[in-house]
Amino acid sequence: MTAMVTVDDALTRYEPVIGLEVHVELGTVSKMFCGCPTTFGGEPNTQVCPVCLGLPGSLPVVNRAAIESTIRMGLALNCDIAEWCRFARKNYFYPDMPKDYQISQYDEPLCTDGYLDVTVPLADGGSEVVRVGIERVHMEEDTGKLTHTGGATGRIHGADYSLVDYNRAGIPLVEIVTKPVTGTGGLAPAVARAYVAALRDIMRSLGVSDVRMEEGSLRCDANVSLAPPGQPWGTRTETKNVNSLRSVERAVTFEIRRQAGVLDAGGHIVQETRHFHEDDGTTTPGRSKEEAEDYRYFPEPDLLPVAPDPAWVDELRTTLPELPAARRARLQEQWGISDFDMDSLINAGAVELVEATVAAGADQGAARKWWMGELSRAAKDRGVELAELGVTPADVARIADLVGQGTLNDKLARLVFEGVAAGEGSPDEVVAARGLELVSDDTALLAALDDAIAANEDAVAKIRDGKVQAAGAIIGAVMKATRGQADAARVRELLLERLGE
Amino acid sequence: MTEIVRMSATQLVEEMAQGNLSSVEITEAHLDRIDSVDGEIHAYLHVDRDGALATAAEADAARNTGADLPPLAGVPVALKDVMAMRGVPTTVGSRILDGWLPPYDATVVTQLRSNLMPILGKTNMDEFAMGSSTEYSAYGPTRNPWDTTRIPGGSGGGSAAALAAFEAPLAIGTDTGGSIRQPAAVTGTVGVKPTYGGVSRYGLVALASSLDQAGPCARTVRDAAMLHRAIAGYDPMDSTSIDAPVPDFVAAVREGDVRGMRIGLVTELSGDGYQAGVQQRFTEAVELLAGLGAEIVEVSCPNFTHALGAYYLILPSEASSNLAKFDGMRYGLRVSDGDEGVEQVMARTRAAGFGDEVKRRIMLGTYALSSGYYDAYYGQAQKVRTLVQRDFDAAFADCHVLISPTCPTTAFPLGEKVDDPLAMYLNDIATIPVNLAGNAALSMPVGLAPEDGLPVGLQIMAPHHQDARLYSVAGVLEGALEDRWGRPLIEEVGA
Ligand SMILES: [Zn+2]
Repeated sequence: MTAMVTVDDALTRYEPVIGLEVHVELGTVSKMFCGCPTTFGGEPNTQVCPVCLGLPGSLPVVNRAAIESTIRMGLALNCDIAEWCRFARKNYFYPDMPKDYQISQYDEPLCTDGYLDVTVPLADGGSEVVRVGIERVHMEEDTGKLTHTGGATGRIHGADYSLVDYNRAGIPLVEIVTKPVTGTGGLAPAVARAYVAALRDIMRSLGVSDVRMEEGSLRCDANVSLAPPGQPWGTRTETKNVNSLRSVERAVTFEIRRQAGVLDAGGHIVQETRHFHEDDGTTTPGRSKEEAEDYRYFPEPDLLPVAPDPAWVDELRTTLPELPAARRARLQEQWGISDFDMDSLINAGAVELVEATVAAGADQGAARKWWMGELSRAAKDRGVELAELGVTPADVARIADLVGQGTLNDKLARLVFEGVAAGEGSPDEVVAARGLELVSDDTALLAALDDAIAANEDAVAKIRDGKVQAAGAIIGAVMKATRGQADAARVRELLLERLGE
Repeated sequence: MTEIVRMSATQLVEEMAQGNLSSVEITEAHLDRIDSVDGEIHAYLHVDRDGALATAAEADAARNTGADLPPLAGVPVALKDVMAMRGVPTTVGSRILDGWLPPYDATVVTQLRSNLMPILGKTNMDEFAMGSSTEYSAYGPTRNPWDTTRIPGGSGGGSAAALAAFEAPLAIGTDTGGSIRQPAAVTGTVGVKPTYGGVSRYGLVALASSLDQAGPCARTVRDAAMLHRAIAGYDPMDSTSIDAPVPDFVAAVREGDVRGMRIGLVTELSGDGYQAGVQQRFTEAVELLAGLGAEIVEVSCPNFTHALGAYYLILPSEASSNLAKFDGMRYGLRVSDGDEGVEQVMARTRAAGFGDEVKRRIMLGTYALSSGYYDAYYGQAQKVRTLVQRDFDAAFADCHVLISPTCPTTAFPLGEKVDDPLAMYLNDIATIPVNLAGNAALSMPVGLAPEDGLPVGLQIMAPHHQDARLYSVAGVLEGALEDRWGRPLIEEVGA
């Protein structure tokens, strides 16, 4: 194997071109061509019928909801919506495909020629907007799921046996293909990641898919090629099935480094598909172009052409919800925060969380402070996304409220967050269970204060001499005695009252 | 009284209505007839005695309650083995579906059931409906009841022979390039290819999706009209199904009239290559129609000469894809020594499970769809298809219906063309244009060829959605021919 170079080094000599093909399962109630449910996690082969099993004689019927979702997706990506298009058959033999062909779209996709403006975070904390061209958005059906048992590779070859679950077969997929993305230089991996994140957010906003990446409902193929600046594009590789945001970035990074190493050594890039390995972030060769299959596409004769009524498309266009980019601009304005602060929120994936926290009654400043501070730190420590911490916007709003009321101080609030994240219950339950409420009951405080005064005669003398800053020692002693639960402001008041008597 | 099995469906309906016969008696008579003659004819691949008798008993019970029954309630029917039927072997004439018991009913089967029609069994066919003689059935050929050394046509030779041998009063066929009409022609029976989408394809094991069409087979025009009405109609399970009310085909037969009708003779579908006796009986039928008041005109459909070539690109292309699913993974035959990889199991299963003709067409279609050849073959064929449709449009702008001989010859001897695919393909030269265009056509007997005493078929073609016109013309012509013969032609079988 050729020596790997660093990305920065590679980019001094080569310009990357990337392209992304993203498949997302649509969140329709029933499958693409039959009435079977699309719910995840059913017993194998229980959500099937003659149609999605491809039994001899069965015929597909298009799910109108899937067409509608795809058109809305196309509109959100600024695409042209075809007035007439067709499904096509993609022919190849594989046991996860009941018919040994997949109903897809080929040269007549439903949506074409759009774009998506993607906000890419920069290392300095700022951001840059990159326009990613959209080649096409089309519909197709998912395949079944194979489980290979035995063998060393985890692939079908060499397995002792393989099991097929056709519950997934026929679930509607939308495939979104970018135009080649050029000129992004060292940002290429970040652009790839930000693009997939933006697509995910749009699909969620549209409600066409809840994009459960952990269940494999979004799958990305990343094309990468390198060429010296000003030269024609190089030969590209296609890394298949990169299924998380982080993996997309890593896979593109790895291919840039690997290809640069090959080219540096005077080698040639082989046009091939490659497999990505989550464990070490590398890619390895799959099928090469020479062995690539001829899919023998032809128009699907079992289905009528799809000709969406232009009035319907217009109606879908006018009823699109506010999309993430527009919403972010509006929120920034509403909150009156700087570009830098907004970028920080976006980069942290916190915009929607802060928005929801504000909606739950918190002040935007407090909401941002908690999500970007304590909670971001906790998420980073645990290696999870903010949204996966187990703390909801409602929890944050409640804790901010308790701080505002003086029931908690920041230090206690952190402990409450810890308890909520650990699954100990709601903020109020954690406060009660852990006994975290600030002690502002004067009787309890006065007892501790009197002990502290008695034990700190020097400090008392200094305060009486007018050196009020010496009060810190006594307040600290009270805090210590109450294990931090004393309301420090109240302790100070009581101290000065006591000494003023 | 006429022997039960020789009665038309119309007569059987009448006898049941009069209380002279029960459906169980009628069904048993046909099952007995199958027992006695099918050893020689081999029209059936599977006889569903219990299922048929159960439906017959149900029909009789319903009749006894005095309920309003569907017109064909209690009349048995034979089903081409290309239709999926729950729990009943469905082989499509192929080894590769050996042992498959469909878990669902084709829509046509559902319709037959809801009409309380006992389904006698599954009839023989060329493997995957590829053929014109039923000799390509993996389960042995069917013999023509008129002359058991001859072919009964194909692919639906089993359904046609079952009718001609009085083993069923009605049968279901499917027609991709003539598989209903050509067997009807060579067995002296009636067969109708409805307008594409007129009868649901759901459950019809696909040969070529854009060409396949199920339709009725019978011994009389009126019987065909009744069966057609029973199985036609919109099916939400078939996207290509026509969403419109079903016309009253039986009324069209009853009220048939050709006076003032313009009937076009397609010049490209006669002459060279057509047997003298076929041509003779056809000409006589044309004269009869003229005598009945029709205006006969000649029309030219120049692109019909390219239809066969286009058909043998489109059909194999679609078939190569439709037949991919037979890979030994999920149902039917699997050939494996338990030790090889998935591709080898698929390849060995397909090598063992498909016959030569099926393999030939899969290879043709795979080639025609291949990258670099698509435009020259599949793409070009689709253009020809459009030209054929335009020829029909032009002809129908001038004529109410078109007519031709159904096929160039009478039934040929078994074995004569089995090793000569091109000669076999030429049998369908007159029937194929209709499948390419998607309109409706009917074949009916117009006599026996003087030179061999075998039936000759006449084809009537109507525009899209005008299937009723077929019945108007055919009903009138059938009546006139029977007046001339003194009895139905079918009664000559075995004479
Ligand atoms: Zn299904």
